[in-house]
Amino acid sequence: MRDGSPSGSHTASAERFRALAEHELPRLYALARRLVGDDAEDVVQETLLRAFRSFSQLERRESGREWLTSILVNCCRDHWRARGRRVEVVELDEVDEFSLFRKIADEDPFPYSDSVHLDFLHQFGTEDVRAILASLPELYRVPLVLVHMAGYHVKEVAYMLEVPLGTMLARLHRGRKLFERELWIYAEQHGLLKAEARP
Amino acid sequence: MITCSEAVRQLWDYLDGVVDPAHRELIDEHLAFCRRCCGELEFAEELRGFLASHSADDLPPDVHTRLRATLDGLGPT
Repeated sequence: MRDGSPSGSHTASAERFRALAEHELPRLYALARRLVGDDAEDVVQETLLRAFRSFSQLERRESGREWLTSILVNCCRDHWRARGRRVEVVELDEVDEFSLFRKIADEDPFPYSDSVHLDFLHQFGTEDVRAILASLPELYRVPLVLVHMAGYHVKEVAYMLEVPLGTMLARLHRGRKLFERELWIYAEQHGLLKAEARP
Repeated sequence: MITCSEAVRQLWDYLDGVVDPAHRELIDEHLAFCRRCCGELEFAEELRGFLASHSADDLPPDVHTRLRATLDGLGPT
């Protein structure tokens, strides 16, 4: 029998929220790890508390996943704000022209390889990728992670971050270029450009 | 006709399907004869796959327990 009392409907609502959040925990945590690194647990916890408080505002149950992601992204932004933004100096012209494809072809780090570009990528593990992402300014890291790691469409991310599509495309482009350049720099600094670097 | 640097600048957007039809046609024309940009395109696809392949993370059991406790502690909305 359905419980129509206010407390009964509130309890049912809390149960629905728990079911949604529990299901999404692994994905939210993975996303937070890529956005805020070691502070992921705190940010996910804050996301759960905020989301619970506004669960009644979720209009369509099927959009719960996107709704939680939006709250997580806002929590990340508040987290960065609270810690004080770094002054992020990026040589934009130089970055825009950088091509990792050409860099690898020109430098040829694995001369005996038939697939030097793929071999280059195979040197990196998940921890390496996370460290490289952490080195990117958040302005460019967030779109890169949301589009290419969390699988959102560029338009959804523009909506989520409340910026025009053109702005989002420009940030995404720069984020990819910065990521390419940082991959190369990281590989140089961590000795990954040697054939025997990793099995 | 577009140059290599113009084509390369738009390759990821091309793969994301957010290039308008006129520019898409120009990129297609360029790729039809430029081997180097075809290589750039293939590598951009590999990089997309590379990023996606590093998107998952195991939720450590102790973190899961603590987050689960947070959820359990929530009262009725």
